[in-house]
Amino acid sequence: MKRQPLLHPGLNLGSTDEYSHDVSEPIIFGFWVFLMADLVLFAILFATYASMSVQGQAGGPTPIDVFDLPSAFIETMLLLTSSITFGLASLALKYKADSLHLVFWLVLTFCLGAGFIGMELRDFWVMIEQGAVPQRSGFLSSFFLLVATHGIHVTAGLFWMLVLFLQLRVFGRTTEVKLRLMRLALFWHMLDIVWVCIFTFVYLFGVAQ
Amino acid sequence: MTAESSFSLLGILTAQDISFVHTFEHPGMSEFIDASAGGVMVMGGIIVIALLTYYRGWHALWCDWLTSVDHKKVGIMYVVVAFVMLARAIIEGVLMRYQQSIAVNDPGILSPDHFGQLFSTHGSIMIFFVAMPFVTGMMNYIMPQQIGARDVSFPLLNAISLWLTAAGAALVMISLVVGKFSTGGWTAYPPYTGIEFSPGEGVDYWIWSISLASIGSTLTGLNFATTIYKNRAPGMTLFRMPLFCWTSLCTSVLMIFAMAPLTIATLMLALDRYAGFHFFTNDLGGNMMNYANLFWLFGHPEVYILILPAFGVFSEVISTFSGKTIYGYKSLVIATMSIAVLSFTVWLHHFFTMGQGANVNAIFGIATMLIGVPTGVKVYDWLLTMVRGRIRLTTAMLFSVMFLVTFVIGGLTGVVLANPPVDFAVHNSLFLVAHFHNMVIPGVLFGMIAGYQFWFPKAFGFRLAERWGKVSFWCWSFGFYLTFMPLYVLGLMGAMRRTVEWFRPEYLGWLQVSFVGALLLFSGFLFLCVQLVVSIRQRDQRRVPAGDPWDGRSLEWSNSSPPPEYNFAVIPDVTGQDAFTRIKQQGQAYASPIAYEDIVVPKNSIVAPVIGIAAIMFGFALVWHIWWLVVFSFVCMWGAVIARSFVTETERVIPASKVRADNEAWLQQVRECATTPREQENTSVNVGRAEVLT
Repeated sequence: MKRQPLLHPGLNLGSTDEYSHDVSEPIIFGFWVFLMADLVLFAILFATYASMSVQGQAGGPTPIDVFDLPSAFIETMLLLTSSITFGLASLALKYKADSLHLVFWLVLTFCLGAGFIGMELRDFWVMIEQGAVPQRSGFLSSFFLLVATHGIHVTAGLFWMLVLFLQLRVFGRTTEVKLRLMRLALFWHMLDIVWVCIFTFVYLFGVAQ
Repeated sequence: MTAESSFSLLGILTAQDISFVHTFEHPGMSEFIDASAGGVMVMGGIIVIALLTYYRGWHALWCDWLTSVDHKKVGIMYVVVAFVMLARAIIEGVLMRYQQSIAVNDPGILSPDHFGQLFSTHGSIMIFFVAMPFVTGMMNYIMPQQIGARDVSFPLLNAISLWLTAAGAALVMISLVVGKFSTGGWTAYPPYTGIEFSPGEGVDYWIWSISLASIGSTLTGLNFATTIYKNRAPGMTLFRMPLFCWTSLCTSVLMIFAMAPLTIATLMLALDRYAGFHFFTNDLGGNMMNYANLFWLFGHPEVYILILPAFGVFSEVISTFSGKTIYGYKSLVIATMSIAVLSFTVWLHHFFTMGQGANVNAIFGIATMLIGVPTGVKVYDWLLTMVRGRIRLTTAMLFSVMFLVTFVIGGLTGVVLANPPVDFAVHNSLFLVAHFHNMVIPGVLFGMIAGYQFWFPKAFGFRLAERWGKVSFWCWSFGFYLTFMPLYVLGLMGAMRRTVEWFRPEYLGWLQVSFVGALLLFSGFLFLCVQLVVSIRQRDQRRVPAGDPWDGRSLEWSNSSPPPEYNFAVIPDVTGQDAFTRIKQQGQAYASPIAYEDIVVPKNSIVAPVIGIAAIMFGFALVWHIWWLVVFSFVCMWGAVIARSFVTETERVIPASKVRADNEAWLQQVRECATTPREQENTSVNVGRAEVLT
């Protein structure tokens, strides 16, 4: 196996699928640029949350009152694990000739992601039951927008994965499908990083105060 | 029950929201003007449809244009959108100047509410639907050719960006007939634009048209940045790129970073208005300063998103029409990059008066003045490019020279405004209005018109009529000075912006001069239209099939006019700056390539129009709370994306034999063309083959 130069950051298909590797450069690079734009969006949501989490409470519930830290911790674990399983799926995509491993790890990722969304919706439901609705205060408005934007991203990722399951079945592991899986992987890992920030700055800081 | 359910099918839309019905029921001068504007738009639409039907143009329009993903066609469509919107926004500007010039101790002809809509649509359209599409269209058409690429990296995404921008423009146009537009200005500051003070559909029209356009621009930015980083011809290193490519790159990077704050700000405003959130409300923890910061975190880089490509155009035009390599290439690149970085450090100067304290203001004031340094470097570089050049004062060059003079004046008033104490005295006055028009009209509009004059022959294969171009130029120039210099004076006299009626008789004379200037600006626009019509009629005497009417320096001049859809029969090998000039001087221009290869080009796709039309429906449905249509159009948009991902045959191959036949035929034609000395470039002698001076 000849070692191919890295054409873009992250996993390269170089040594196992040279054709896909050759065409991947602008496509994966463009997706990195998209992720950067998306991260700017999250950065602004974080900044807004930072400016409103304390000043915008308006005499309503505070972070300690409404955050369920154990639940958020379980969500963190679910999402972090899903990143590992997606990583294994990516390795299977590169090194395994059959789709069995790939699909196995992807299905596991999907289940973990769906579990995360389910837990998050449950958290939201509990908060809304307690009267901690986004209409109550600036703090809650910014909390719901930040966390739900992340949640919507994860949900979009799940839909994307469903479409790719279908494409794996219809087309098999063509170059297009491979490159789409690689982009979904990058998207998924980015959402993980964003969640780590949410867990730290929103949940941990919120409860520590 | 049935009445109620049929009512909800159209959300909160009622017959009274149609401007014609409204005017019929409440006749008045202001309403009449509103209905006439709507009528002109509807008539215009009907005429276009009738003409298309009469000349059987639908098929060509659909197959050659609307579904095309060719970067050149997408670019031209962007510019068409910009021109159409420019016509509306410039008329609105004239109307506002007229209102102000007669409204001294008199209510004038416009109601305050109508006046508010006018300045809101004028500003929003000029920034988002004239300047942005013009700039984006120009980059689309030129940049890939200048770097020796066959298309942008993501052609379909490019078409989708176009359609999202066009959808935003369509929403603003629809607001002319259905309902009202926002009265909150182009910045739409809450809490005024919150639901409490601005109920109704106006602000919602603003929110959704701007949101669509901002998403389109984000996608454009990432597409162009990827293209420039990854699609350059062999040998086209970054420091061999023409300056227009550098400015396109900086603009793309700015778009990637700066559009997100706007998208988020409009989304938050929408959540406040639709769902009772408290981002920018007065009560329950809302904070409108967050809006001001987010908006200008976008808004200031936006100024440079618009101006940098124009700087690129000026660099190309001045260098070409001086017959010289650009002076201080590296310093221009560094200055461009510095401006791009600094543009993120000055947003606060848009609201010095909103209470952040003296030290913060001082820092941002200094940062603002710093931007003058790289801009000054550029001005000197352009001047020094002209020194000892063989200058030809074509229309494009006239616009560039007038830009230099006028822009420096505007820049100086900008440095004045960057002093927080001065800013406190004149903020929100007509001084400010004069200042930013003084930057944007020469800095963006003149640049785009210069680029349009310069590259028109490339895009359509014939030169524009210089005579009418020059008439237009003088109208724009005098019109600009007559309109906006009085506004500086008025601002210093204490006249505030966005005022519908005055009570100070000493304003009258200045306002009348300003109105005359506005009429001149409008005639400048009309003469551009005349120029276009005249040039189309005389196109056979103006053709430049050889493709190089101005003795151009960069690669886009090395192919035919108009270029083939694949741009280059064979991707050129670049050996240095001013790539085409080098090729010409080495005597290698129009040489037959050794070998031809098959060329892969993207197929047309209906995905972009589907997304665009669904986006119009989506925005309209959100404005009028037609929830079923919101869901339906959302599903259409994403359904189109997903369906597209199942299409595998997205490209077609142009066989090498066809490329060879076409290219050799063109080369043969060029070799038979007489060369044009520069003195005769505006005569029918010029068929696009330049005389080479070595």
